[in-house]
This record gives sequence, structure tokens and C-alpha cells, in this order.
Amino acid sequence: MATDSAMTGQPRSRLAAAGWYLLLSAMAAVVLFPLYITVIRALSGTTTTNSLVPVDLRSGAFSDAWSAGDLGPHLAISLVTTLCIVALQVGTSVLAAYAFTFLKFPLKRSIFAIVIATLLLPIEVTLLTNFRDLQPLGWVGPSQGLVGAMAALVLPFGATALGIFLLRQGFAGIPRDLRDAAALDGWGHLGFIRHVALPVSRPVVASFIVISFLDSYNQYVWPSFVGNVDKYKTAQVVISGMYKADPQNANLAFAAALLISLPVLALLIFFQKQIVAGLTAGAVKG
Amino acid sequence: MAPRAGTRRRSTREAVVAYVMLAPAMMAFAVFAFWPFYRLIFFSLHKQRADESLVSRPNQLLDTLTGKDFLSGARTSGLLVLYTVPLGIILGVLMAVAVHRKLKGIRIFRTVFSSTVASSVAVSSVVFLTLVNPQIGFFKHVSWLDLTADGSGLYRPALIGVSLSVVWQNLGLTFIIVLAGLQAIPDEVNEAATLDGFGPIRRFFKITLPLLSPTLLFVVVVLTIRALQVYAPVKVLTEGAHQTSTLLYQITNQPQGDYGIGASMAIGLFVISVVVAAAQYGILNRRVHYGN
Repeated sequence: MATDSAMTGQPRSRLAAAGWYLLLSAMAAVVLFPLYITVIRALSGTTTTNSLVPVDLRSGAFSDAWSAGDLGPHLAISLVTTLCIVALQVGTSVLAAYAFTFLKFPLKRSIFAIVIATLLLPIEVTLLTNFRDLQPLGWVGPSQGLVGAMAALVLPFGATALGIFLLRQGFAGIPRDLRDAAALDGWGHLGFIRHVALPVSRPVVASFIVISFLDSYNQYVWPSFVGNVDKYKTAQVVISGMYKADPQNANLAFAAALLISLPVLALLIFFQKQIVAGLTAGAVKG
Repeated sequence: MAPRAGTRRRSTREAVVAYVMLAPAMMAFAVFAFWPFYRLIFFSLHKQRADESLVSRPNQLLDTLTGKDFLSGARTSGLLVLYTVPLGIILGVLMAVAVHRKLKGIRIFRTVFSSTVASSVAVSSVVFLTLVNPQIGFFKHVSWLDLTADGSGLYRPALIGVSLSVVWQNLGLTFIIVLAGLQAIPDEVNEAATLDGFGPIRRFFKITLPLLSPTLLFVVVVLTIRALQVYAPVKVLTEGAHQTSTLLYQITNQPQGDYGIGASMAIGLFVISVVVAAAQYGILNRRVHYGN
């Protein structure tokens, strides 16, 4: 790996290496301890003992949690809305980034400033009035239907400044000659995007897709606000309330939290490189 | 004249294409960011009566922002920043520095240290129920993170319990960004410092840290904004009891139907976030070393 050559502080002796392993393991233990205890609690029937190994081992903790939380339908809501958000965000970001990179038009800088300004208006700030705007449509509130609930979960995240920035960075590396050559070949703007821009900047697009999936799937504040009918709550909202609803069976809440983390855990394992690239794009350019 | 007219027609067409391509994103921003923001300002200056009619209340915004509820939320969120940001940065830097070397199996540690990036705020909060919940928590007898205890001054045990879940959840992100910052520092810089007789500790404080400062500034701003907007762990761990009601929790806990107070508080949260981020960039930027 390229990054391996950029290492500093090469250990001079076995002793130094052992010291680093010790330190690294201690740190790993600290990071993993909360997860470990959660796994133990998920598997234990007795929830009040402070044990480091499972007590009163329960078989089928995870399948029980699956049915207790009715996780199937809620995971379906989470995954479908997440995929819709990702698709919308990629679409709006690709189009906007293309315009900013390859086209000349009046007010370009002002419009870009507007995009930047949206970073100051996250859903946490505009929560109340966004909710209120959706009320007359029936998308939120006690009588919301499936389509309305999904629309309320998806549409507010239809575009993102982060996506536009990332893809603009990706497109910026494409030589303008390529654009002109494509025009000569009779490709319009969309043809160029499909056949040149997207394939060339595939790593950036991949990073953005993974990050967008992660963020959308893991959302809490807005979904907890608009999931007004129990059936249409996302998986995150459901697991956050399970302990309070049934403290006697606390192990189910913990098993459920672990279960719904599996999709993103898989993402982390298989797309670690893309996640790192996406998260650090804004930070290390200096 | 003819070619000029043609160019102009082409550039007009290009502008039209550009606006059409920008339209979907800009429409989403207009409907779900700027319009709701305008409505926040509007509601912060009005009161909604039971029959849904609106009365103008020009003083409501300032009254709310100087009122007890908002100030206590602001104090709680400020303390949460204090509890989470320095600790989070120190842990993230320690982990990144430890991983940034050639050792067998270092990839495993890198994955472990990044792992909490996959954990959502909801999952982290539930995970910390197993540690700090007063009935079932592993650390329920530890008094300085007791979720049922009130403190005084800068010391709030329940808020410390909430903070730990925030620190843990942000650890992966902090680690990933700081490690990328470390990897961007050229090997030669460290080699030169070693040749000049710098020991590892002096090298870290005199070379690595200054070169890392732009990355650290970015992390400080991101972690601060996140801390100011904490909601899920409060909801799951304490429901706002025992001095843990953050700004966002206060906003969502206003009486249903009347948006005036909540909208005023949301404006307050917006102003605080913008001012704090701008101040951090303004103050810390002078101490940041961007290299040449």
C-alpha cells in the first residue's frame, strides 16, 4: 500500500515494537469495551450483574430481538429510504457539479456561495419549520401514510453541498480537451457525463455513495421527528426506544442495536478506503 | 457581426443548460433549507394562538434568547463541547500517532480504531446504556458519571455520562481524519529532524503537531458543531433530566402547536454554531501552520 511507505518512527528493536503493540492493544480494548459489554448484555438473561462473560445465557437472543423489534419492516424502511436518498443525492450532485465545472454562466460564484451557505442550515436547525411545512401535506402526523412518511424521510436530503463539493473535485481533474472532443463526437452534456465524467471520476463517486449511505442510514434526529406512525419508524428510531419500552428484556434492545449495525459494519469492512477518502476530502487539502 | 452573434447564442444556451442542471439541487436547498430558515425567523417573531391565527410578537426572539430555558440549554451544550472536544481530539491523535508506523498487523488496529465511524448516534446511545444506565450500567456505581446525580458549576456527572457516548461515537471520525493528516506529512521532514538530533517527543511537538495543525483545526470545528447539536444520547440516556437538556433537546421539547419559542431557540442555535465556527477559524487560524 502506498500509505505504508509514509510511516514514521520505525521501531528500532523488538522491545520498542512490543511496547507499541501493548499500547495499541490497550487503546483497542478501550474502543471495543463498550461493544463487548453490549454483546455480553445481548446474550445474557440477567441484566443486572456486572459480569464480563455472559450470564444465564439466552439462546436465540438475536432472533428474539428481530421479532420483538419487528425489525424486518423497519429495516426495509431504513434501507429503501437510504437508497432513495443516495440516488437523489448522486443525481443532483452530479448535475450541479458538472455545471460548476464545465459550463460558463452568469452568477456562478453567487450560486456556489448559496451552496456553501446550506452547510450552515442543517436539519437540526430547521427541524421545526421543516416539520410544520410537511403537516398540511399529511406526510407527518398521526395520519401519515407509507408514501408520505417515505417522502418526508427522503426529500429533505435530496441535495447536499458535500456531494457537490466532492464531485466537483473529482470532475476538476478531467482535461477540458476531453470535453471538447466529446462535443465533436456529438455527445451532449448528458452523454459526456455518462461516458466520460462519471467513469473517469469513479473513485470519487464511489466514496460519495458510501458516505451518503452511511450518513442516511445512521440518521436519527429527523427520522425520530417524522416517524409519527409506529409502522413507519426507521430501524434507528425503533432500537433507540426498545430498552425504555421493555426494561425487563433489556438484552433484546442490545441485540437489536447490534443487528441493525451489521449493514454499516459490512460497509466499513469492504469500503474502508472509500470511507476514508470521502471523510478526509475536506480536511487534509490544506 | 455574424460569428459574434453565434457565440452569444451559444453562451446563452450554455447558461440555460447550466441553470437546468443546477435546478434540482437548488430547488431542494430552497424548499428544505432556506424557506424553513425564513420561516424560523418568521415564527420567532410571532405567536400562534389556539385557533392557529398568528399574533405579532416582535420581542419574542430576544426574550427567548435571554430567557432561562434557552440559557440553560446553551450552558449545557457549551459544557458538552468542553467535555467532548478536547478529550476526543487527544484520544484521536494518540490513536493515530500509535497506528502511524510500520508494524505487522497494524491494519487490524486501523480498522478497530475506525470502527465507531459505522456506529450511529442511536446505536452509540444504546451501547452506552449498558455502561452508564442507573439500573443496568456496568459503571452504575461510578459517582462521577452517575446519570441520576446533579452537580454544580462545571461538574455535572450525568452530562459526563452522556458525553462519553458522544466521544466514543466521534472517535472513529477523528482518528480517520488525523491519520490522513499524519500520512500527508512527508517522510523527509521527520528524517531531517531526526538527523538534526530531535528526539521522538521533541519531534512530535516541534514538527508533527505544527504540520498537523490545519487538520486539527478542521477536526475541532467539526467536533464542536456536532457537540452543539447533540440530541440522541440525551433522549436515550437521560431524557434531559439532571442537567443534561442540550439546546436541541430544549428546542424539541417546547409545547406542541406553538412554534414561536422553539423557532427562536433554533435561531439561537444557528447563531451560536456560526459564531463559534467562525471564531475558531479566526482565532485558531493564526496559530495554524499551513507550510509553504
